[in-house]
Amino acid sequence: MTAVDPANVDRLRTIARELRKRVLRMIHAAKSGHPGGSLSAADVVTVLYFSVMRIDPEDPDWAERDRFILSKGHACPALYCALAMRGYFGLEHLKHLREIGGILQGHPDMRKTPGIDYTSGSLGQGLSVGVGMAMAGRLTKREYRVFVLLGDGELDEGQIWEAAMCASKYRLRNLTAIIDYNHLQLDGGTEEIMPLEPLAAKWNAFGWEVIEIDGHEMLQILEALQRETNGPKLIVAQTIKGKGVSYMENVCDWHGRAPNDEELTLALTELGAQV
Amino acid sequence: MKVANRAPIATRDGFGQALCEIGATDERIVCVEADISKSTRSCLFAQHFPSRFFNVGVAEQNAIGVAAGIASCGLIPFVSTYAVFASMRACEQVRTTVAYPRANVKICVSHGGLTPGNDGVTHQGTEDMGLMRTIPNMVVIMPCDFTQMRAAVFAAAKYDGPVYIRGTRDAMPHLYDEEITDRYTIGRAIRLKDGGDVAIVAIGDMVSHALRAARELAGSGLEAMVIDMHTLKPLDENIVVQAALQTGAVVTVEDHNILNGLGSAVAEVLAERAPVPMRRIGLRDTFAESGPYPALLAKYGLAVADIVDAARAVVGRKERSK
Repeated sequence: MTAVDPANVDRLRTIARELRKRVLRMIHAAKSGHPGGSLSAADVVTVLYFSVMRIDPEDPDWAERDRFILSKGHACPALYCALAMRGYFGLEHLKHLREIGGILQGHPDMRKTPGIDYTSGSLGQGLSVGVGMAMAGRLTKREYRVFVLLGDGELDEGQIWEAAMCASKYRLRNLTAIIDYNHLQLDGGTEEIMPLEPLAAKWNAFGWEVIEIDGHEMLQILEALQRETNGPKLIVAQTIKGKGVSYMENVCDWHGRAPNDEELTLALTELGAQV
Repeated sequence: MKVANRAPIATRDGFGQALCEIGATDERIVCVEADISKSTRSCLFAQHFPSRFFNVGVAEQNAIGVAAGIASCGLIPFVSTYAVFASMRACEQVRTTVAYPRANVKICVSHGGLTPGNDGVTHQGTEDMGLMRTIPNMVVIMPCDFTQMRAAVFAAAKYDGPVYIRGTRDAMPHLYDEEITDRYTIGRAIRLKDGGDVAIVAIGDMVSHALRAARELAGSGLEAMVIDMHTLKPLDENIVVQAALQTGAVVTVEDHNILNGLGSAVAEVLAERAPVPMRRIGLRDTFAESGPYPALLAKYGLAVADIVDAARAVVGRKERSK
């Protein structure tokens, strides 16, 4: 089965649906967290962890592994579920998001959670870290690739553009950044709070090869992630905040609040059979 | 050649030279520079190891993040810039992306304290040590001379975890010979002179001033102990307590704001473990201005005469409280 086989695409869709349900249960149990951005990123995270990345859950620190940085660290419920479903740690931990003594911090902590390649959550910093990892890969002659998932809101941070210039200067073809472009940040729409457009043109002008896709179409995500480039690659993934749960979709309020019992039941029903 | 006969040289030169030396023997050593390599002296490393030298431009926040990423892959990055930019422009990057995950990143800065005198306040890092000290997991060092800087850089490369090392723009007299490179231990202060009347605890460029002050005090019959507290964090608490118990009076000297630097750190230890009369020499919660480094030290109360006065004052308080 090749990656773009219809069977693989179906498999990834099934996994993504399960992942979304786990994300919602997790945030519901913790009574806090960020469902909107976790759901918008769910498909990209699924494709990375279940089809594209060369990783070994038995050996999280494998030197040759592909790296993933969730620069928009608040979407960590999606990443935690992917890691648990891949076997980096037991699924039972998903019931203990944000708990004292737990391994799943409110934002990713590489020292506490197996499989987290870098600590993140303070927006705007992940791309620089990815640039450093890509440089190190070249220096150590390792073939790994580095993937950085950026939020659209965090593109307001100047450091993102420092890192964008830097990746371009060093022609880091082993680096891929993906923008989870759901068009909503905490206080409102991205075009209202701090306009990003023309976004693809900006990255292109910064020296990146830009691919625009529907961030919920598995085939498009797969193809974009696998395309070879001569320099750093940027994927603009058009997404929907809260994707998969009708009452959360495109609703800014679901950026950072947990569903109650009733809302959870409704969401799980929409997403199909029980996990 | 005896140390006293060697021409003074800036500690940043010690950094540049040491980095080049360890770079030659350890391929994991990488340098991330923010466009001031000629000034920080990382240019020497750049000449010898161009593939391991990354000049990211005037972008300190990115420099810190890039170094963190490099470190996570098993290499040992040294970030090179000025004190004020590494510690403040990129403060949160240092805290969250380096210190929190205990990334093996070395931050080596030039232009510490008032040494970039004529450049003025924008380039004088006078709050940096305090900021770095407040962050968990950070090691904070300021060597007093060229040779000790070399020793500190070697030690930092061997240490697994984040280290902040502050250098000077201006030339410093030599206080140590090469032997120190073998003996140097992070967090272990060095007693440079014994004395029973007062203890002068100094860091970085102020250590040579403390020694001169001790000589002046000796002329008037006061024997001052002088401690080179090259590591601000982790602070050598035991040597501070011993010094306080032995002399009963302490003066701290730092080219830094008196808030949260060496004076604060020593005061915290003394208050809890050995309260004695104490004075802090440093910038008295003020910005300085442009001017020659020695003239600034005099104007802002960091001259040898100020240390002498402070020492006499604390000795006087000790006598009165007997």
